[in-house]
Amino acid sequence: MIYQDSITLLEVRGLCATVSGIEILKGIDFTVRTGEVHAIMGPNGSGKSTFAKLLAGHPAYTLTGGTVAFEGRNLLELAPEARARAGIFLGFQYPIEIPGVANSQFLRLAYNTLQTQRGKDELDPLEFDDFVREKMKLLEMNPDFLDRSVNEGFSGGEKKRNEILQMALLEPKLAILDETDSGLDIDALRVVAGGVNQLATKDNAIVLVTHYQRLLNYIVPDYVHVMDGGRIIKTGGKDLAVELETRGYEWVSTEYKTTARATA
Amino acid sequence: MSTALQNLVNQPYQHGFVTEIESDVAPKGLNEDIIRMISAKKREPEWLLEFRLKAYQHWLGMEEPQWPNVRYPKIDFQNIIYYSAPKPKKLASIDEVDPELMRTFEKLGVPMHERAALAGVAVDVIFDSVSVATTYKQKLAEVGIIFGSISEAVHEHPDLVRKYLGTVVPSGDNYYAALNSAVFTDGSFCFIPKGVKCPMDLSTYFRINTQESGQFERTLIIAEEGASVSYLEGCTAPKFDTNQLHAAVVELVALDRADIKYSTVQNWYAGDAQGVGGIYNFVTKRGLCQGINSRISWTQVETGSAITWKYPSCVLLGDNSVGEFYSVALTNNYQQADTGTKMVHIGKNTRSTIVSKGISAGHSNNSYRGLVRITPKADGARNYSQCDSMLVGDQCGANTFPYIQVHNNSAKVEHEASTSKIGEDQLFYFAQRGIGAEEAVSMIINGFCKDVFQQLPMEFAVEATKLLGLKLEGSVG
Repeated sequence: MIYQDSITLLEVRGLCATVSGIEILKGIDFTVRTGEVHAIMGPNGSGKSTFAKLLAGHPAYTLTGGTVAFEGRNLLELAPEARARAGIFLGFQYPIEIPGVANSQFLRLAYNTLQTQRGKDELDPLEFDDFVREKMKLLEMNPDFLDRSVNEGFSGGEKKRNEILQMALLEPKLAILDETDSGLDIDALRVVAGGVNQLATKDNAIVLVTHYQRLLNYIVPDYVHVMDGGRIIKTGGKDLAVELETRGYEWVSTEYKTTARATA
Repeated sequence: MSTALQNLVNQPYQHGFVTEIESDVAPKGLNEDIIRMISAKKREPEWLLEFRLKAYQHWLGMEEPQWPNVRYPKIDFQNIIYYSAPKPKKLASIDEVDPELMRTFEKLGVPMHERAALAGVAVDVIFDSVSVATTYKQKLAEVGIIFGSISEAVHEHPDLVRKYLGTVVPSGDNYYAALNSAVFTDGSFCFIPKGVKCPMDLSTYFRINTQESGQFERTLIIAEEGASVSYLEGCTAPKFDTNQLHAAVVELVALDRADIKYSTVQNWYAGDAQGVGGIYNFVTKRGLCQGINSRISWTQVETGSAITWKYPSCVLLGDNSVGEFYSVALTNNYQQADTGTKMVHIGKNTRSTIVSKGISAGHSNNSYRGLVRITPKADGARNYSQCDSMLVGDQCGANTFPYIQVHNNSAKVEHEASTSKIGEDQLFYFAQRGIGAEEAVSMIINGFCKDVFQQLPMEFAVEATKLLGLKLEGSVG
């Protein structure tokens, strides 16, 4: 939702990055204000996931230019854990399996770390158990999730629910959800999207990275951005997503090249 | 490997200090005279001297084993001190223990009084080679349990020692066992009589102190019919540049329905980050399930030593007897570990379980080597083995050498193995949830070792968890 009194959360200017010497991002400009929902769409290999991971501080990418401010602070000088503590959440496209570590233990440590950061009291295992079970209802999750190892042997849908559960626990200011819809059947998609909608407030913001318009039937974006070749080549409202669904990405790319040539 | 990970695994040894206590030290080298001197110093009976001399003759004819997957310069056995004893001899109570020694224990974080009182643990302290303090002995004696140094036991219970010494690990069993049998200076002796359940965990803290003194501990534990005991062994050593040889022998005997649980946490000096110095730990540990329905369980957490060569084993002689081996072996920097177990099934319906967790970091090399042998008469024998390896970084190595010999068609033997790696992606996942690399590694490692830690007595499990954290912890950059 676009609010009159919103404040700027994230401001990205001219962001460039490489991985293994290959240029992936070629100058991204992107602004997110509180209360907004953004969708970043685009074909495979357009740099969407790279952009998402880079904002979270993934070590595999090398920054080559540009600036990123989060609530006015230089985000790029913060370690990944500091970015998380500052309120940036990345919902992983492929959530990582951690054998031997119980989900409940992992969730509690993550939760308490953020509580401490925010100057609030930690929850002991019993208090946390009550708290997390309440949140799990939101996502229609089976309580046995808590006893299983983090993401180990989870189905695609279970992994994604677990990501949104973490978002619900950590209450980030900016949630970047990287292809949260992939691997979900229609029912799971409805549940996950319902969870995300309930978490959206006027004080936080959500960035959805997705291939398909399908997800956007459930979570309605305020802005839709098309990424291609490491740049955002078009920005529009929610109708743009519908248009992309019927016409594909090719025309946007052609249009962009024509404009670029005209400007040059 | 990320710098965070690198810093994490480069943690200096925290227990490196030398206590200054006068020692009664033998000249370097090994020959019959040295053995006679050790025996005489300890006022040993003739049969024990003969035991030693026979072992020495065996040893002279043996070759140092070459098969382990470890590399080290040749050991000069004539350049080792085989006997050293702290000057203060016999003490009536723990208050008389050298304050310097007590401070050493403080530094190690093992306040003995507190430990004994709070945890209800009897501590038989081995300092270099001679016992200097024994607590709770009286209390144990009331239920007929004998717990003390083996030197004492030789004088006070000669028939028991003579009956069992060398019956599980014969003096000519292997190169290092033979060496130990010839020159062992002290160790623990524990006897649990028929039907007695030991009311507390028995614990020994070992500590190697005299520079270049070989340590040759000898431990003998006997549980009679229906008896049970849980024995804890924890070790740590000061920092030295020269390698120290340690060749201990531990023998366990379980009679009908007896139950022995032997737990070890080992944190000896492993050498510096370049692999200089550190303890050579060549140990023979073996338990004999002599009686029917008996059970012997080994649990070890091996984090120290430059080289570990150790295979706590079970000989399952009695029908329905059970052998267990639970192990965590962590190697870092240039440490080498070749460790595992042997389960020899002889009796009918014997069962064994092996759970081994190897963690390699730095440039270290960690091998599991295990033998499961089902002999022709062992009808209905069963074994389950699980060997998991975890790699931290990309400069280390992990190997698994399982030997399975089945000579009975009714046997059921299962073996599972896995290798995993703490990767950048896992650490990033933790980081994205606000959790730093140190805590993440500690959580992953503890999760990996959970099946083994569950086997440890409560206080020991806490200590072991802390120890693994320490070994991998560091300033995260």
